[in-house]
Amino acid sequence: MIGEQDEAPGAEHEVADYDPRYPIVIEGLTNRFGTHAVHNELDLTVRRGEILGVVGGSGTGKSVLMRSIIGLQRPETGVIRVFGRDIVAAEPDEEIGVRSRWGVLFQGGALFSTLTVGENIEVPLKQFYPELDRELMHEIARFKTVMSGLPEEAASKYPSELSGGMKKRAGLARALALDPELLFLDEPTAGLDPIGAAKFDELTRNLTDTLGLTVFLITHDLDTLYAICDRIAVLADGKVIAVGTVPELLESEHPWIQEYFNGPRSRAAADSKQRSAENARRAIDNPPPGKA
Amino acid sequence: MAATMREWADFSLQGQGGDATVVVEGPLLVSTIGSLDRKLRTFDQPVQRIDLSAAAAVDTVGAWVILRFAREHGAEIVGASEQAQTLFAAVDGGDATAPINPPRPSAPYRVAEATGQLVVGWGHGVVRIVGFLGAIVVAMLGILRHPSRFRGRALVRQMELVGVSALGIVGLMSFLIGIVVAQQGAAQLRQFGAEIYTINLTGRLTMRELGVLMTAIMVAGRSGSAFAAQLGTMKLTEEIDAMRTIGVSPMEALIIPRILASVLMMPLLGFYSAVIGIIGGAAIADATLGIPFLTFLLRVREVVPTYDLWVGLIKAPVFGLIVALAGCYQGMQVEGNAEQVGLRTTLAVVQAIFMVIVLDAFFAIFFSEIGWE
Repeated sequence: MIGEQDEAPGAEHEVADYDPRYPIVIEGLTNRFGTHAVHNELDLTVRRGEILGVVGGSGTGKSVLMRSIIGLQRPETGVIRVFGRDIVAAEPDEEIGVRSRWGVLFQGGALFSTLTVGENIEVPLKQFYPELDRELMHEIARFKTVMSGLPEEAASKYPSELSGGMKKRAGLARALALDPELLFLDEPTAGLDPIGAAKFDELTRNLTDTLGLTVFLITHDLDTLYAICDRIAVLADGKVIAVGTVPELLESEHPWIQEYFNGPRSRAAADSKQRSAENARRAIDNPPPGKA
Repeated sequence: MAATMREWADFSLQGQGGDATVVVEGPLLVSTIGSLDRKLRTFDQPVQRIDLSAAAAVDTVGAWVILRFAREHGAEIVGASEQAQTLFAAVDGGDATAPINPPRPSAPYRVAEATGQLVVGWGHGVVRIVGFLGAIVVAMLGILRHPSRFRGRALVRQMELVGVSALGIVGLMSFLIGIVVAQQGAAQLRQFGAEIYTINLTGRLTMRELGVLMTAIMVAGRSGSAFAAQLGTMKLTEEIDAMRTIGVSPMEALIIPRILASVLMMPLLGFYSAVIGIIGGAAIADATLGIPFLTFLLRVREVVPTYDLWVGLIKAPVFGLIVALAGCYQGMQVEGNAEQVGLRTTLAVVQAIFMVIVLDAFFAIFFSEIGWE
């Protein structure tokens, strides 16, 4: 197998002017269900190494946007480039050389219910790197389980034996199985208790810093936005109406953004961020260990 | 990493005995570590140092392989980049002994265990299905006492699904079976010059046996499986739990309408099937045997005794009950994951068809014993 010649998959979908600083570039995306336009000429660029939070009211197409980027939903018009590969031009199941470079955590975890957590983590490894030793796969499954904040014993459990929070962590472990550069998280903290949600946020931030990930994070959770997101993209009226840090967004005139960030829940989240600022400064001096 | 050519990680050994250094080269990534991992596993010489200064890139899998090797040999890692050190800390956790695959006992043990579970499962299954039947009877009596709790709309809806929407496929199937029975029967009877008895054969067989039996098999495949899959999915999505907490009894809202619909529609479908089967037989007799269509039908009225109709009509509701019972029972047994829904649906259909055929044999003996032959 050594020195084996690999055909570059998806080379025909390669775009000439790929800038590695922007792993995801979306231009003029339009998605329509029947006559209802979910996205209308949407533009968005994700920067390398950032955690981009995507917010918007219910039904503004946050999940549809994610599904479009990962090729599960073919848009009506528009250009989506991930790592310089044209996603829209490719067939839904075509191997275009990007699937091993991203990991996706679906809302409910989407674990394969007939496999244990460990076996779930091994699925992408077997798919992309079948030459790996069986024992090494087991070892990878174990340390990814621990990295995602699950006890090691969870590796031999079935998804139906796990709680909602543990399922999400197991889903995260599977998403991270291939050491992806890009991580998609669809409402990772929805349905978790506040302590569990805060721990999941911390885990996401630590893993992003340790592994150098770029994260596309859909959320409703204001605490998540304040705590871990580098930039926030706001979806409304079928477009991204604003992208920026929280202070930048606060200056926006748009009524939805005003209402969103000045509501009582947002102020509470901001206050708690203020309170933890002291701790955060201390944490910068002593970077957190990679272990979750 | 170049996409055209995979550059594999490798290592070389420098120094000897008490001062050996493993120098690792190339990218230490999940995509390139495969062969290095195998070599390091079989490497059994003493090593003091692992030099990473020539490693091009590291990810968590690369970090894990190096860390494991260093631990096994008590070696020191030198020349690691800052990123590599972060990754060593990230993957270092747990005692790395937990099993990944579920425990799997040896083959003879598994066979014995599976057989035992099958037997015990059968025993429990019989007890539970009798219990289920009892619960249905109790719920029916409850509805008789409080008729306002009866769900008429649900019953009508199920009758439509089980009966009306099955008319097309049951009719087509019966027509074709009528053709086959008449055509094959005529081929055999011709040898005795008794072609006219094709009418007796087709008429009596479809009325007594084939109409109801084939309809029961079709309903088991169409509706029994649908009951199991619907109720099973509703159990998985906690809809049934939600009903119970609101105070709606799933027995009254879901199961009784399905059972009643099957019991009521089966005789109608069975009779319809027998009639279409006779029409099929008459059509082929008209075309190939020279027996006119209307003559065939009139003759059927003379040669088929009334009790043949009763045999079919008595069996039909029993078969309907069995099909619906198997479907609803298996659906309500679903627990855990999506695989269970498929498994239980299959079981529902297999059990229903099996029980229908077994009972049909009993009925055949019973009816001939009482003189209806």
